Amino acid sequence: MESILDKIQLPGSHPAAGIIHYTLHLADNALVIAHRNSEWCGHGPILEQDIALANIALDLVGQARNFYQYAAALIAENNLSSITITEDDFAYLRAADEFKNFLLTEQSNGHWGTTILRQFLFSTYQYFLYRQLQHCSNEHLAAIAQKALKEVTYHVRWSSEWVIRLGDGTAESHQKMQDALNELWPFTDELLTGGLASAANISLDDTLIKTEWTEKITSVIADATLHLPTSRQYVYGGTEGKHTPHLTAMLKDMQYLQRTYPGVEW
Amino acid sequence: MSTSQSNILTTTIWNILHDIYDPEVPVLSIVDLGIVRDVVVNDEAAFILITPTYTGCPAMDVIRMNIKMALLEKGLGNVEIKTILSPAWTTDWISEKGKQQLKAFGIAPPNSTHSVCTIDAFAADEAVQCPRCLSFNTKAISRFGSTACKALYQCNDCHEPFDYFKCH
Repeated sequence: MESILDKIQLPGSHPAAGIIHYTLHLADNALVIAHRNSEWCGHGPILEQDIALANIALDLVGQARNFYQYAAALIAENNLSSITITEDDFAYLRAADEFKNFLLTEQSNGHWGTTILRQFLFSTYQYFLYRQLQHCSNEHLAAIAQKALKEVTYHVRWSSEWVIRLGDGTAESHQKMQDALNELWPFTDELLTGGLASAANISLDDTLIKTEWTEKITSVIADATLHLPTSRQYVYGGTEGKHTPHLTAMLKDMQYLQRTYPGVEW
Repeated sequence: MSTSQSNILTTTIWNILHDIYDPEVPVLSIVDLGIVRDVVVNDEAAFILITPTYTGCPAMDVIRMNIKMALLEKGLGNVEIKTILSPAWTTDWISEKGKQQLKAFGIAPPNSTHSVCTIDAFAADEAVQCPRCLSFNTKAISRFGSTACKALYQCNDCHEPFDYFKCH
C-alpha cells in the first residue's frame, strides 16, 4: 500500500528525526482513540452521553491536528520532502505499521463500559503527561499541551465518574466493568514505559507520571468497588509500529475514502 | 508606511473584526469572545492573531474564512491570519458586553468567579443561573452540550433546559 512516508527522506540519524517521531506518536495516540470514540456517534446509550463522547473525540482530533501540523512544519523546515506534506497525509496515507500510538488506544470499543474504561486509563495518563509537557523545552509541544490540558481535565473527570457509577452499580454492570478492566490491563504498562520523549530531547519525569497515574487509577478503581488485576503480563510494541489487528481494521474504515479516491475533497 | 497610516489600518482591521460573529453563538462578536489576541501592523506586513476556544473547535475554520472574506471586501487581501495556542484561551477573556449578550440569547454566561473543573470525580458543581427565570436552582445534565464550550443544564424551577458556557 502506498505510504506518504515514501515521499519523506528522514534518516534516523537526522537531528530532527527524534522530535518528528515523538510528535507523530503524540498525534497518533490522540487520533486513534478519537476515531474509536467517534465510532460511537449516534450509538451511545443515552443522547447526553453520546454527545459527551463525541465532544471528547472532537477535542482529541483537535489535538491530533495540532501535532500533525507541527510535524508537517518540521518536515518543510528541514527540507525532508520534495512535495508538500500536510496534516491529512499523516492521518490518511500511512500504513498501520507506521503508526506509533499505544496499543490501548486502538483496542475495539467493546461495550460502553469498555470504552469508558479505555478513556479513563488513557486520559489519566494524558493528564499527567501534559502537566509536564506544558513546561517542556519545545515551545510548540508545550503550547499544544497547555491548551489541551484544560480539556483533558474534563475527560478524566467524566470518564472516572462513569467508571465509578458502573463499577459500583448493579451486579451485572460491576461484572462487565471488572471483565473490561482485566481485558485492558495488559495494555497499560506501555503508557508508562513509552520512552519516545528522550530520543526527542524532551525531558520528562517518567517515574512521576507512573506514580501519579497509579495513584489516581488505584483510587478510582477502589471507589468503583473493582479490583486491580494482579497479572503482570503486559504487551508492548505500539510505539515501534507493532500493532494488534484492531488498528488495521480501524484504518481500513478511516482511510477508505482517501485510499479509494486519492485527493478527494468535499 | 507612516505611523499614522499604520494606526488607521489597525483601527480599520479592529472595526472589521468587531462585526464578525461566532458562527455557533451568532450574537457574540469574535472580539467579545476574546479569541482575537492582537492586530499587528508594521512596515512589512499586517497580521491578525487568533486563538481557538477549544483545541478541536470546528468553528475556527469558518471564523478564519469569514475574517478573510470581510478583509477582502474592504480591499485588505494582504492581511495574514495567524493562529496561536499560547497563552491558552480562557472564558475570562469574554467581555462583560459579551456575557450580557450570551445571557440575552438564552445561554448562561460563565460564572464571574472563575472555577475550573478538576479531575476529582463528583466534585460539587458551581451554581449556575438559569438565563430565563434567573433561578439558581439548576442542575447539570451533561458536562458536554451542543458544542465543546458548553455544558447542558436544566432549571429545577421553570424546567427549561439551557446551555451553560462553562468556565474554561
